[in-house]
Amino acid sequence: MEFLSYFGGVFEPLAFALLVGGTIGGLILGATPGLSPTMAVALLIPFTFHLSATQGLILLGAAYTSTVAGGAVSAILLKIPGAPANIATALDGNAMARKGQGARALHLSFLSSGIGGVLGVLLLIFLTPMLAQWALAFGPSHLFWLAILGVTVIGTLDSKSFVKGLLSGCIGLWLSMIGYDDIQGAQRFIFHDALAGGIHIIAALIGIFAIPQVLDMFAKGRSKVKIEAIDVPQHAFGDSVKEIGRSARPLTIGTVIGSIVGLIPGIGGQIAGLVAYDQAKKFSPHKEKFGTGHPEGLVAAESANNAMVGPSLVPLLTLSIPGSPTAAVLLGGLLIHGIFPGSDIFDRNPEVIWTFINSMLIGQIFMVIFGIAIAKWAAKIARAPLPIMGSAVLVLALFGSYSVQQSMGDVWIMLSLGLGMYFLEKFGFSAAPVVLGLILGPIAESNFVQGSLIAGAQFDGNWAQAQYFMTGSLNLVLMALVVLSIGYSFLSHRARGRNASVKSGEVQA
Amino acid sequence: MKTLFKALGLSLAAATMGLAVPASADEYPSRPIGVAVSYGAGGATDFQARIVTMVAGNEDMLGQPIYILNKPGAGGRVGWNWFADEVEADGYTMSAYNVPHFIAQSIKGGVKYSVDSFEPIANWGADPAVVVVGKDSPYNTIQELVDYAKGNPGKVTLSGAGLFVGHHIAALQLEKETGAKFVYIPTKGGGAAAMKAVIAGDVVAGINNLSDGFRAAEAGNVKVLAVADLERNDFLPDVPTLMESGYPVDNASVNFRGLMVPKGTPQDVIDKLAAKVPGMFEHARVVKRMKAGGSPLHVMNREEVQAMWAKRQETLAELLKGL
Repeated sequence: MEFLSYFGGVFEPLAFALLVGGTIGGLILGATPGLSPTMAVALLIPFTFHLSATQGLILLGAAYTSTVAGGAVSAILLKIPGAPANIATALDGNAMARKGQGARALHLSFLSSGIGGVLGVLLLIFLTPMLAQWALAFGPSHLFWLAILGVTVIGTLDSKSFVKGLLSGCIGLWLSMIGYDDIQGAQRFIFHDALAGGIHIIAALIGIFAIPQVLDMFAKGRSKVKIEAIDVPQHAFGDSVKEIGRSARPLTIGTVIGSIVGLIPGIGGQIAGLVAYDQAKKFSPHKEKFGTGHPEGLVAAESANNAMVGPSLVPLLTLSIPGSPTAAVLLGGLLIHGIFPGSDIFDRNPEVIWTFINSMLIGQIFMVIFGIAIAKWAAKIARAPLPIMGSAVLVLALFGSYSVQQSMGDVWIMLSLGLGMYFLEKFGFSAAPVVLGLILGPIAESNFVQGSLIAGAQFDGNWAQAQYFMTGSLNLVLMALVVLSIGYSFLSHRARGRNASVKSGEVQA
Repeated sequence: MKTLFKALGLSLAAATMGLAVPASADEYPSRPIGVAVSYGAGGATDFQARIVTMVAGNEDMLGQPIYILNKPGAGGRVGWNWFADEVEADGYTMSAYNVPHFIAQSIKGGVKYSVDSFEPIANWGADPAVVVVGKDSPYNTIQELVDYAKGNPGKVTLSGAGLFVGHHIAALQLEKETGAKFVYIPTKGGGAAAMKAVIAGDVVAGINNLSDGFRAAEAGNVKVLAVADLERNDFLPDVPTLMESGYPVDNASVNFRGLMVPKGTPQDVIDKLAAKVPGMFEHARVVKRMKAGGSPLHVMNREEVQAMWAKRQETLAELLKGL
């Protein structure tokens, strides 16, 4: 309960102003396509030079928390996920906004972010020493199996057809191979300078999600069909709270998965949202509604990506090993103020660290309040006529993909991927598996190569690799999960095939 | 905050008025200067570059603020290719260099630059590589580790941050000078991932940055066995160099960071920068910030950097010949 005595530090005037400012600014930065949480925190670090360590960390912590949640705004309203964390949010959130339920989607998203976030920070406060060991338990072989577990999700994620889902995933895996391979020193599929550094995940995200819908909007705008005007009814906040109260299952799934994934260095929050979405779907009695604007998926994804924030700081603070790309940038922010992570950090710098953690707790609550406050107005975006909306999204997509690393090459990559995805979608392929393949490919590959090298040194004989990857209880548990996941996909696919005649009428608009 | 607003105001004014004016040494710099960093925002090179350039806008320094442009990708190759190929040589775009990274990459080929593509301005930092083992490791000295590796060739794994970076160079030198056979495991995600592999026991030992090794040792997570530099380091006075341990490994793997401009930049602009920039790196506020971050400051002027580059080129060409 030591942390309670440091709550006062959060409410000092300047610290408090920074917390509020950082939260509002973070929401705006997070909602801007192309400005991922990682970049927002990196951009703020120079400002902390002028602040004390505590104040600087409060600003960075508030920005980290709220940019992750802010990314949901553009994912829901524009179908542009601000960061990989918000991909799953876009799936059902945008469908809800299209139906005029934007305010409801934003309310649910911020509430579940807040709940997941607070629980994540509480884990950080109470269980840090225990969880730090867990973070170390995952070596290359385990990370490889985890990535494979992620790949098995591809077939069932947001796809009408199991085979097309797998094919989309393969396209994503192939895209992830483009660029310079850091481990073997080979150049792969580089036909142009812009591809030398590989395909940047943010540029790909923007292109794959935003461009197909921009093209769709323009196509509709040219037709004689009357421009759609969506009615955006007000949504009472009280109803949203009641709805969250009824969503215990997706909330639990999201929070648990987000916390676990956040802890594992190297996987980070990138896939927390997607995995939680998939699991929520598997455990839901309304599987068929996912992807059509069903709030359960949204709740699971958003609670997961904020629950990940607290635990991702556990290996960072105790072992100096960041659990996510954003945590890696935050490490720079800590070091610059002379706060060196270590298992005794809570004894060496209690007032800085506890105030920082407390501010994240309070920041989560502010984030919910400010997020809810903008929801009412933000939801009206859905009323904009399609040609105007399309143009605005296109401008944001261009701006976002350029700003990632000030590179025109990224803009061309974004546009080409988007155009390709437009045609793929016409043939029933979907975007989420492509992106998941793009994220998981490098994790699976680099850990497999590292693991193979280590295996060769650790074991003798022809079966060295098998011994390294397939023995040990954690490896066996993960392999069992992979088998279960594949089996489940296969069975539910067959069950769906039998019901297909009944549901063929339900085609998403 | 006051200086920040002043810098912003200056840069705005300069951006509106100074764009059309051609560069000449008297007026240079008449608008803000960009510094390209070939690594991502938040990495060690990025945050050090932000610290050492923060006083550029002061009247007695360059009189113009410096902003950072991140051009990450392919271990730095993307940024340096861009810098060698597309940047106008007018002194308004500089780049941070990392030696031995860019020299080793140019020797291995497939990039558009070599030491002759760039003109050094000054060096700000030097981060030597260290050999680390986990805190529960049976090895307490570098000799014990090397002796074990000699008796068991191909059994000792060494983690490091990627190929043809300082860590890899140190591993290659260690192999060459001891005759032992190590298995080098390059990690993605820089020094942090390589350090995690050591702490978690995924590998037998690792090569890492001195600053990170120092912090991990302070936190009780690792033991630092040796430093790959000519002298012992102030941060770790008790840790021997590889040389005094009997392995003639020099400082070719030390990660030097500094500023450079493209070849073809007007000589008077280079001279002006070379005269002003070392003073900027030694500014009291810069020194304080660098020290607080545990980043070793090592300022060298243009002539010293030129000599260092030439020497690295020679050593690395020799070392990488057989690969």
